[in-house]
Amino acid sequence: MAKANSSAYVERYADVASSLCGQTVPWLQQQRADAILQFTEYGFPAIRDEDWRYTNVSVLDKQHFAMAQKSVSAVITADWLKAYQLVDAWSLVLVDGYFSAEHSVLADLPEGVTVMSLAKALQDAQYATVLEGKINGAVSQDENGFVAFNGAYFVDGVLIHVPAKLQVSKPIQVLHIATQELTAINTRSVIVADELSEVQLIETFAGLECAYLSVAVTEVFVGQNANVTLHKVQVESEKAIHFGGTYVKQARDARFRHDNFALGGVLVRSDVHTDLDYASECELNGLYLGVKRQHIDNHTRINHLKPHGISRQLYKGVLDDRARGVFQGRVVVAEDAQKTDSQMNNRNLLLSSDAEADTKPQLEIYADDVKCAHGVTVGQLDEKSIFYLQSRCVDEETARNMLTFAFANEMVDKVKIKSLHDLILGQVLTRFPQEGINKEWL
Amino acid sequence: MLSIKNLHVSVGDKPILKGINLEIKPGEIHAIMGPNGSGKSTLSHILSGKSGYTVTEGSATYQGKDLLEMPPEIRAREGVFLAFQYPVEIPGVSNVYLLKAALNSIRKHHGQSEVDAMDFLTLVKGKVRLLEMDEKFLYRAVNEGFSGGEKKRNEILQMAILEPKLCILDETDSGLDIDALKIVSEGVNSLRSPDRSFVMVTHYQRLLDYIKPDFVHVLANGQIVKSGGAELALELEEKGYSWLEDAEASA
Repeated sequence: MAKANSSAYVERYADVASSLCGQTVPWLQQQRADAILQFTEYGFPAIRDEDWRYTNVSVLDKQHFAMAQKSVSAVITADWLKAYQLVDAWSLVLVDGYFSAEHSVLADLPEGVTVMSLAKALQDAQYATVLEGKINGAVSQDENGFVAFNGAYFVDGVLIHVPAKLQVSKPIQVLHIATQELTAINTRSVIVADELSEVQLIETFAGLECAYLSVAVTEVFVGQNANVTLHKVQVESEKAIHFGGTYVKQARDARFRHDNFALGGVLVRSDVHTDLDYASECELNGLYLGVKRQHIDNHTRINHLKPHGISRQLYKGVLDDRARGVFQGRVVVAEDAQKTDSQMNNRNLLLSSDAEADTKPQLEIYADDVKCAHGVTVGQLDEKSIFYLQSRCVDEETARNMLTFAFANEMVDKVKIKSLHDLILGQVLTRFPQEGINKEWL
Repeated sequence: MLSIKNLHVSVGDKPILKGINLEIKPGEIHAIMGPNGSGKSTLSHILSGKSGYTVTEGSATYQGKDLLEMPPEIRAREGVFLAFQYPVEIPGVSNVYLLKAALNSIRKHHGQSEVDAMDFLTLVKGKVRLLEMDEKFLYRAVNEGFSGGEKKRNEILQMAILEPKLCILDETDSGLDIDALKIVSEGVNSLRSPDRSFVMVTHYQRLLDYIKPDFVHVLANGQIVKSGGAELALELEEKGYSWLEDAEASA
């Protein structure tokens, strides 16, 4: 029996199923069938689910989003894309979920590196083989309703494959653009970094000023001793609903870093889950800025499965007006994962009395020789700091802006790709009152 | 420069300053000494505009203007500088950014244009050398992770760049070893000029060995109980404060 909020999607699935990518791939057909069954049974997540207790997506009951169709938007021009597309990177552009060859910049990729449309990859036996065991390989269909929804409905996405021992010289960007009012966009991305390889990736989510539902699931496989950095820059439209799930499998000695900038959207949920093998390391950073009625939920899970793993998490939130920020971080240390070293921190700055931060760090430790720590804070700007700045000629409002900006800027400064750093800084600054923060001086 | 008349200040219902009178002329250095709890820090806070204090009586006039009416940043732009006893750490704001913001606020306040970037760096680097600081300090967050001595030096650096008219040094010598004290004192001495005045709030006489005051005032129980020349500080060093408090109590 389908839940009310999912029934429309279930009923109409048969209409679109035959047009979805991967028709010639039997294992994928089976997975899609499983996904729609899963979704039929459970629908979108409900707040009675512990992982969703702070985030109510029942708005999806009231508002149906039609599946986005492939289209050509006259608005999306090279000029429009400039605000998001990095010039010193390879980029693959997805418009409403569909690959846009016109806007993508993929010439002269290093030999052996694959960056291509997932739909195209599924048409080619060579790549389809690579994808088997990878799609739904880092996340299970029953993880949550959005993953199942995505598994049933994804229309395209990207396959990125970096062969062993290769350091990719430039970053690779996947740019998701939404253009259609009241549509649902489903993409699936698979990133495979073979052993000893190194790559820097950016996922950017942006859209025209309209209401839409963006559901993107990314599965990342970091090979032995490989090093993957994935930046997520979520600057969706003010009315967008965004679900983004990043699910990672790290092999022995693998390093994974995720920088998560959640700046846009009205109702946003981001999952970052990773499994750590022997002596692998992960660093999860996040910055969420909420204004007006934005709701931004960050959910992390780190599974230390084997000994000597290291994990570091720092999520910072700035919440103004009636915005609400959520951080749920869970670190699980398996019985076998001795000598695990894990730190989890969440810091929230509330700028208005109506803003809210919910923070729930969880440590589940089954090993007995580990070093695990967590810390959370929810607070306001420090009055002593404001007075100090005032005594240095800075007026109170500017002092508040400076301190707020400084709080957020710690996360922006971690980004080492200059063009990306500047792009994110620009996005952060547009969300702060301009006066008093003089970019030229930074 | 600064004229304080019959100043009474309370925190909540508790009177802290009970009728302070003080005249400071351009170029003078005044030391305010006194035991803990005498109201020394309150005096420096009230002059710089820290909130949480209520003026119940009296006035403070700075260059002919009512100082107590001005918000802290206006006082600063008008040339009042407080060197903090405990400089605040501001993660994420670089020293150089704050210096530039402060200097430009002052210039704007006086109807001048923003400082030229090259001139600014030349100015700042010169002052950094004067205070024997590492240039790297400029690009670090304000006071973050600085040692006590570095923080105090940073205060003097800001003072040297902003060129205030009235400098209030709140317990600047506390937490300084002798080498840092010398550097800080030399920095202050280099800023002495006929049109710049200093108020040094200090518990110890030690600082006055390096920065020679024109006047010494002893604050006890919210009032100035004795004023004199530099030699008064030596007397205090020898006898402590209790003889003054006793004298006041018996008077």
